[in-house]
Amino acid sequence: MSLRSFAAADSVAVAAASASAGRLRRAARRWRYASNTGRILLYAVLLVWTFTPIYNIVMIALEHEGDVYGSNIVPVQPSLDSFWVVFSQGYWYLEHFWEQFGNSAFIAGMVTFLVLLIGSLTSFTVGRMRLRNGWLLTNAALLTYVIPASFLAIPFYLIMNHYGLANNPWSVIAALVTFATPYAIFIFQEYGRSIPIELDESARIDGASPLHIYLRIYLPLMAPALVAVGTYALLLAWNEYLYQFLLLSDKRSMTVPVALAQFLNSDVAPWNYMMATAIIYALPPIATYYAFRHRMSSGLTMGGVKG
Amino acid sequence: MTVATVLDVGPPAPRRGRSFWRYWRGNLKGSEFTWALAFSVPYIAVFLAFVVYPVFYGLWMGSAPALYAEVFSDVIYRDTVINTLIFVALGVNLKLFLALLLSGVFMRPGRVTKVMLMLFVLPWAVPQLPAFISLHWMLNGEWGLLNNALWILGGIEGPSWLNERWTALGCAIASHLWKWTPFWTVILLAGRMSIPQDIYDAAKVDGATGLNSFLFVTFPLLSNLYLVLTLLATIFLLGDFNTVFFVTGGGPNNETHLLATLGIRNAFDLARPDLGVAAVMTALPVLIPLVIILMRRMKTAEVQL
Repeated sequence: MSLRSFAAADSVAVAAASASAGRLRRAARRWRYASNTGRILLYAVLLVWTFTPIYNIVMIALEHEGDVYGSNIVPVQPSLDSFWVVFSQGYWYLEHFWEQFGNSAFIAGMVTFLVLLIGSLTSFTVGRMRLRNGWLLTNAALLTYVIPASFLAIPFYLIMNHYGLANNPWSVIAALVTFATPYAIFIFQEYGRSIPIELDESARIDGASPLHIYLRIYLPLMAPALVAVGTYALLLAWNEYLYQFLLLSDKRSMTVPVALAQFLNSDVAPWNYMMATAIIYALPPIATYYAFRHRMSSGLTMGGVKG
Repeated sequence: MTVATVLDVGPPAPRRGRSFWRYWRGNLKGSEFTWALAFSVPYIAVFLAFVVYPVFYGLWMGSAPALYAEVFSDVIYRDTVINTLIFVALGVNLKLFLALLLSGVFMRPGRVTKVMLMLFVLPWAVPQLPAFISLHWMLNGEWGLLNNALWILGGIEGPSWLNERWTALGCAIASHLWKWTPFWTVILLAGRMSIPQDIYDAAKVDGATGLNSFLFVTFPLLSNLYLVLTLLATIFLLGDFNTVFFVTGGGPNNETHLLATLGIRNAFDLARPDLGVAAVMTALPVLIPLVIILMRRMKTAEVQL
């Protein structure tokens, strides 16, 4: 075999190889192109899906009352009048709006505080002080966590009436604390495992009382978990409707969601005012959520999966 | 909290006053034990007053057998059971399956994906009531945004979604998916992220890419979490009140109630609290086994939520 034929064979092989490499590259490019297009399409669908109801709230809040009953999909004469009406309580359904907003804020604040307090105290005794049979407490929490709150609403309502706590924000606070604390206990237990117990022990040897250890060592080190759970409790209180609706019926003691739902039952629901109210009500939790988003989602999955 | 600690606690052996306290005190010194008791009293009080008491009160309210004859003879109740089954079966599975797929989509690195995820979780941050009121009005057959858009963009005359049982129930399920899929996506995303990259690298060496790496690496490792989430989502969905209450209002003609909304309707619209409790109690034969399985799973698998 001559050198030339070698070279020829070689060049054929190279050509074949480069042809197939080219084919592969083209296929890869086509695949990448297709998958990118697919991804863009998927994102577009997700955006439309996510934002249509939100766009709907904003659109109606910007409309005049007459235009709500129309066939348009963009506001005809957008204006901020509805927001002004809500701010100035200038509609008879809204005459106590700020008071109701205050009630919502008070309930959410108290729930957050009590959930953090009771949850951290409980997980401190179970996880750090190792109270004997502490697992009973953890199991009680787990059990509460898996009971649907709406199934307990009727007896809870009757009991609260029995105690004379109807129309009292504390009845709602009690309900919400009950249903939010179990989650707090899990997260604190789980997070507490990452804090060395030796810290507590050395403080104990130095003569620190449990209260001192709780305040000076436990709480500061638990700060990230406290933020996660605090955000969770705040959002839970802001999301809740059923208990607030059952327990608060007086116009001045009710919260914003209860007042909003009352609009819905009136004969001519002023949809633009409702939506403006809804937006104002939705802003604080959205802001809180985005501020503490990373903390919260890491809190949600502390412990994660075990392979 | 592991099984081991449950086992080595052993049976309590309180003989006389002193040894009873010594048993409970364990290795805590005098004042420490007092502190521990003081610290655990708030939760014990909350649990007894607001969980144990209402549960037993409810059981007592719903203990008359005659009530169940009344519940079962109600046509609305029968519709409700079917609705609840459909709502839970479709709601849970669609939601988690979508969340599983979407969590894979959001695993991709890059800023676009991050921004998309941030936008996608917005429904989770919006409080339920404004969201569901908006959906209710959006689905209005005459003036709602959906039908207006269908007409203007496609020339299609949309149905009146909420005036017919099956479309109304479908809308309720879709609304639930809208509000809650982001939440489960974030959880499954964190689950995926906790799988070490080395496993994927090793699988790649063995030739597993794309679908195979999902089927043979991701899914087996996530299956336990997925199962726990399914159980949890089932329980949450059984107790879901707001979606149906606001999106369909139980209508048309009380045809789209779920057990949770029917209970409240019986108790307050009909002023028959005992009938409401009885309706809800009929879910217990399904709920109790679920709770037991879930409590065991959550403890052994250490999956926390």
